[in-house]
Amino acid sequence: MSAAEPTAAELGRRLRAGEVSARQLTEAALARISARDGRLRAFLRTSPERALVAADAADRRLREDPGAAPPLCGVPMAVKDVLCTEGVETTAGSRILEGFVPPYTATAVARLEAAGAICLGKLNCDEFAMGSSTENSAYQTTANPWDLQRVPGGSSGGSAAAVAGGLVPITLGTDTGGSIRQPAALCGTVGFKPTYGRVSRYGLIAFASSLDQVGPLARSVEDAAMAYAAVAGHDPLDATSLPEPVPDPMGTLRGPVRGLRLGVPHEYLAQDLEPGVRAAFDAACVVLTDLGAELVEVHLPHTDLALAAYYVLAPAEASSNLARMDGLRFGPGAPGSRTLREAYQRTRHDGFGPEVRRRVMLGTYALSSGYYDAYYRRAQQVRTLVARDFTQAFATVDAIVSPTSPTVAFPLGARTRDPLAMYACDILTLPCNLAGIPGISVPAGFSEGLPVGLQVLAPAGEDARCLRVAASYEAATSWAATGPPLEEAAV
Amino acid sequence: MPIDLDTVAHVAALARLGLSPAELEQAREQLSAILDAVDRLQAADTASVAPTAQVGDLRNVMRADEARPSLPVAAALANAGGRQEGLLRVPAIQ
Repeated sequence: MSAAEPTAAELGRRLRAGEVSARQLTEAALARISARDGRLRAFLRTSPERALVAADAADRRLREDPGAAPPLCGVPMAVKDVLCTEGVETTAGSRILEGFVPPYTATAVARLEAAGAICLGKLNCDEFAMGSSTENSAYQTTANPWDLQRVPGGSSGGSAAAVAGGLVPITLGTDTGGSIRQPAALCGTVGFKPTYGRVSRYGLIAFASSLDQVGPLARSVEDAAMAYAAVAGHDPLDATSLPEPVPDPMGTLRGPVRGLRLGVPHEYLAQDLEPGVRAAFDAACVVLTDLGAELVEVHLPHTDLALAAYYVLAPAEASSNLARMDGLRFGPGAPGSRTLREAYQRTRHDGFGPEVRRRVMLGTYALSSGYYDAYYRRAQQVRTLVARDFTQAFATVDAIVSPTSPTVAFPLGARTRDPLAMYACDILTLPCNLAGIPGISVPAGFSEGLPVGLQVLAPAGEDARCLRVAASYEAATSWAATGPPLEEAAV
Repeated sequence: MPIDLDTVAHVAALARLGLSPAELEQAREQLSAILDAVDRLQAADTASVAPTAQVGDLRNVMRADEARPSLPVAAALANAGGRQEGLLRVPAIQ
């Protein structure tokens, strides 16, 4: 194991002190990607020219008034390929969007860039963010930096592997049922899903709009909080964007957890957890207790129903959102088709991979006449019960802690033939999305040499509390400062 | 709940997926297994539970009725395979 690369906060200090330039950091990061990413395959593409132009602009800001430069000014980053980037191909990991060059940039990316961060390129993901291993990408599989024969998790697997592999300190991912937190856990990084509506979805290629949320992956909670602070806040271009001002997470980040009541959900620990994951979680609870938090058991009785509700609701919304993928306005199209229906069918048959087809079928069925009440409406009622579980739990505790994933990273190919086994990866993360509350995964040790994540959930709007609990745990442990054996990945 | 091949074919047609007979049969098997797993929803007591419509507690979201700049036509059409005179060119409906 090696010491981890510097954090974004540290790079920001060096940049403002004039010890290094944004151009030097950008060129060094591009060189690292060239050297290491052949094995990791985290990036789908880099955009070096765009990055170097941005780096030079950041250097001018840093030279003119280093004190006024935002904390991420000049810091390299990269974004999941479901976020549109003007002039840079954006595919969502799907053949159907091969060659699509967006005419505008997603708000979350634009805000990070406005804060001076340098976007180096686009990161691999499961097709349309549907998956838990990044193996559903139409283009490539991404390796876990801790063991190149294992998955990085998903769907933001490229975002997690790029941070864990030392390529960039900060990335953006998206989380619909755990797609930031689960890969962060499996790759040993921090991953934060904010409250639903905190970060604009404008320019995000939609999977399930009532669940999707953009958030950061990073080497430290502080870095994640800085990136979150840069991207959060109302955006008139997203009708579900929350209008309230965002409480600054940085001021409270170092606050104590002494006296906080932390709930441990009985139903989460009753899941089929790997013994090493359970042991790491139990050890994390001891750390939190030693910090002065009071750990108490809570009940989230509809946890098992949450998985079933999610796998009706997310595919239903996906089938509706993906109806726009008709090959006419973007995508390869189907030249030579005689009728419009034939063009649609050829485009969608050839353009969607197996998991996307499966979910479009499932969602179309759940919404179709005669089945709507039994599936979609029933699932939305169960969603209400899941959200109510959290409301009742948060009446007695300040935050909830659990393992992020029931398992450590599994071998490539281990679950690709069994969709239900893949869906079960999300059991501990997706109830949070159904309720719209914030959740974070922070490194919490190892099982069989592979990273384990600690998940912290907080009430809606209490993003800063979520980050504070994670930061306190992180400061009391040394897991986040441990990096994977990069020499192997560098071959 | 098992799902029959006619229903699968109907759903595939609604979704414009153009599945082959072999793909329809595979979809029938996979959808049946997934529907079996989500059928536990039917056991939930939801008699007096309102379905969730949103989690953010937002009310109607309106903006001022003012003209704003939008994408130029050329940029909006730049990714389209078929274009003619500032419009999308597509095959006939039938």
